Amino acid sequence: MCDQTFLANVFGSCDKCFKQRALRPVFKKSQQLSYCSTCAEIMATEALHENETLASLKSEAESLKGKLEEERAKLHDVELHQVAERVEALGQFVMKTRRTLKGHGNKVLCMDWCKDKRRIVSSSQDGKVIVWDSFTTNKEHAVTMPCTWVMACAYAPSGCAIACGGLDNKCSVYPLTFDKNENMAAKKKSVAMHTNYLSACSFTNSDMQILTASGDGTCALWDVESGQLLQSFHGHGADVLCLDLAPSETGNTFVSGGCDKKAMVWDMRSGQCVQAFETHESDINSVRYYPSGDAFASGSDDATCRLYDLRADREVAIYSKESIIFGASSVDFSLSGRLLFAGYNDYTINVWDVLKGSRVSILFGHENRVSTLRVSPDGTAFCSGSWDHTLRVWA
Amino acid sequence: MAAGPAPPPGRPRAQMPHLRKMERVVVSMQDPDQGVKMRSQRLLVTVIPHAVTGGDVVQWLTQKFCISEEEARHLGAVLVQHGYIYPLRYPRSLVLRPDETPYRFQTPYFWTSTLWPAAELDYAIYLAKKNIRKQGTLVDYEKECYDRLHTKINHAWDLVLMQAREQLRAAKQRRKGDRLVIACQEQTYWLVNRPPPGAPSVLEQSPGRESCATSRVHMTKRADFYKQEIEYCRRALGRTRVKSSVCLEAYLSFCGQRGPHDPLVSGCLPSNPWISDDDAYWVMNAPTVVAPTKLRVERWGFSFRELLEDPVGRAHFMDFLGKEFSGENLSFWEACEELRYGAQAQVPTLVDAVYQQFLAPGAARWVNIDSRTMERTLEGLRQPHRYVLDDAQLHIYMLMKKDSYPRFLKSDMYKGLLAEAGIPLETKKRVFPFSRRPRHSSPSPALLPTPVEPTAAGGPGGGDGVA
Repeated sequence: MCDQTFLANVFGSCDKCFKQRALRPVFKKSQQLSYCSTCAEIMATEALHENETLASLKSEAESLKGKLEEERAKLHDVELHQVAERVEALGQFVMKTRRTLKGHGNKVLCMDWCKDKRRIVSSSQDGKVIVWDSFTTNKEHAVTMPCTWVMACAYAPSGCAIACGGLDNKCSVYPLTFDKNENMAAKKKSVAMHTNYLSACSFTNSDMQILTASGDGTCALWDVESGQLLQSFHGHGADVLCLDLAPSETGNTFVSGGCDKKAMVWDMRSGQCVQAFETHESDINSVRYYPSGDAFASGSDDATCRLYDLRADREVAIYSKESIIFGASSVDFSLSGRLLFAGYNDYTINVWDVLKGSRVSILFGHENRVSTLRVSPDGTAFCSGSWDHTLRVWA
Repeated sequence: MAAGPAPPPGRPRAQMPHLRKMERVVVSMQDPDQGVKMRSQRLLVTVIPHAVTGGDVVQWLTQKFCISEEEARHLGAVLVQHGYIYPLRYPRSLVLRPDETPYRFQTPYFWTSTLWPAAELDYAIYLAKKNIRKQGTLVDYEKECYDRLHTKINHAWDLVLMQAREQLRAAKQRRKGDRLVIACQEQTYWLVNRPPPGAPSVLEQSPGRESCATSRVHMTKRADFYKQEIEYCRRALGRTRVKSSVCLEAYLSFCGQRGPHDPLVSGCLPSNPWISDDDAYWVMNAPTVVAPTKLRVERWGFSFRELLEDPVGRAHFMDFLGKEFSGENLSFWEACEELRYGAQAQVPTLVDAVYQQFLAPGAARWVNIDSRTMERTLEGLRQPHRYVLDDAQLHIYMLMKKDSYPRFLKSDMYKGLLAEAGIPLETKKRVFPFSRRPRHSSPSPALLPTPVEPTAAGGPGGGDGVA
């Protein structure tokens, strides 16, 4: 601050026109240059011109967005709940906690199922990542990460490794070993490097590729073995909080949601945003594809869950209730896509009828906010993790 | 409160929409006509006006939102936990008792969204007041905080004590009822903002969310961000869309078709392992079994993807293709998948292997691709990358999907499998429901040898199910 309080009369060659003049210090993009007075005047007017183009760009973007909304609305001829009138209502749902997994010493932030339908990996605020056989509630592996707030964890498709990351800005892969002499942390592989916290990670169809989302506003696809960045995805205007891979036949897209209230669908091969949806009123905490791959659901801090159809290119349903005030932190579909399970920050889990748009059931049990929720691979149960240090399996 | 620095502007309000919603609920609860019944509450000798009972609060919530009593009690408890409603009689705990216990609505001055984050100076003054008013009323954790603050803001301690004394003096001039109410309001505010150790803090946020507001502002101001948006909009305007009615009908048929296969919707036979503690369901539906269940074989008919994703289904399909002498199509597709999801270092080797085996003229298992796709693929092979075979792979996939797959479903082989497949019997309910069945453990996938992709050699994966 003190070096700007006096104006030294420096004489030398201007950084712009290179003529020998009396120079003034000028700051361009936090870099200090020395301009002569004429060039400084020119720069001042240029800056004005830049601001004008910024405003015109903004208005152009707004008008195009408006036109896009009009186009989307043209083909919207019926609402989901109207079509669903002829569907039989679901019976009374009795879902209970069937397993409670206690062992974390702090808030549980994330969990993922193994393809064997019974093992899960969970991560917490104190840096601990635990692999459980949730059927027997035995802990099988435990790793302590060097950072706190491990916000993302994932199980590899083969069941032989796990990936996790958080405030360390990295995603690390740990091969699971039963060798008592081996320390799991010794074989750790650092795969992804971001410039802000890691919010979500997921393996693609094999153990050899990982997709990550980060607080730095980008998503990225990495090669596990070499740690090479295969593709990066830019477009979110703020932290990216969640992602989900599409179950489509050609397996090429994924959806991400962020603090900019946008849900964006990306082409993994080209890195381009294919579709974007901006109807939420607050941060999107979780996105999950509908089992057919034609739609996805999102849960947000605005206390609603919404269903977006990819072929119709619009939002087709909102799942909300006046009595639900707190944000939804995580959502997942049942196997047939008929039920949507959503965990909320008011410690409850609401079960929605996807077709009729009504709430089927509300589940109490957790003593602090529900931070993560996933349905098991064969749809027999779902697991929820909470800030009350426990995980619960419901069926 | 302290006449110190003004509280920070309500920035967190935008970030915590649930606070605004709670405030709306609380405001409508205080509506003179539609709100909760207010009454004057007698506390020892003082009469406090505008009080409500816990039971009335719960009933109002039940009626207003058409929810069950359990949910209303939960919602009421949440309102109390956030300090929007405070108890008059048990001021230490922010708990909603659904009976005659009196409560009052917190004044907007102390709302979480107006006065957040709480200032250290204010907390020091509050504790000092408590200490001065009655020696020894500070609870352990409060005493600790008091001592800690004393060391931390020692330089301002005179100000703290002076403010505390001033406020106590001003309070003495108020009516006893008002004094009691203000004391409760303040206490509630501090219970929310400085919870005792062990109690969860309702104001805790995930790290990084605080930066959301600033980064949002930062990123939207750049020109290239808008240029990207404009480009995206232009592309999006050109895309083809499907009518809503068509898309929505698709959900109905999908859910209807899959409903009986969804354990959480229709149950599962013999029993849901999580409910009965019996893992028979998983044994019967293991990835490789000799005798798949009827539901499983039915699923192969739902879509080509379902068939391929099931190892047993895929193996049977490979058999079928073998009979039609087109097994190389599936093998080619599998090899392409291996390339797409394989390690980066393996890409050149895999591409070469695929070319030699399936695409080269005179290759052992030559696949029939149309000339244009073949030309494009061969072009791309000059600079191999993991997506170089995408076009060819898609062509072969569609060929199998449109041609071989429908014939497979109509074939005697499939019909035979469907007829053979059995429906498991439902496990009889245990006579003594409290005796727990022993829960069998299963070997971790990390212990098993690396699974090999089911190949054309041999029939469906032999052996019994491996859990």
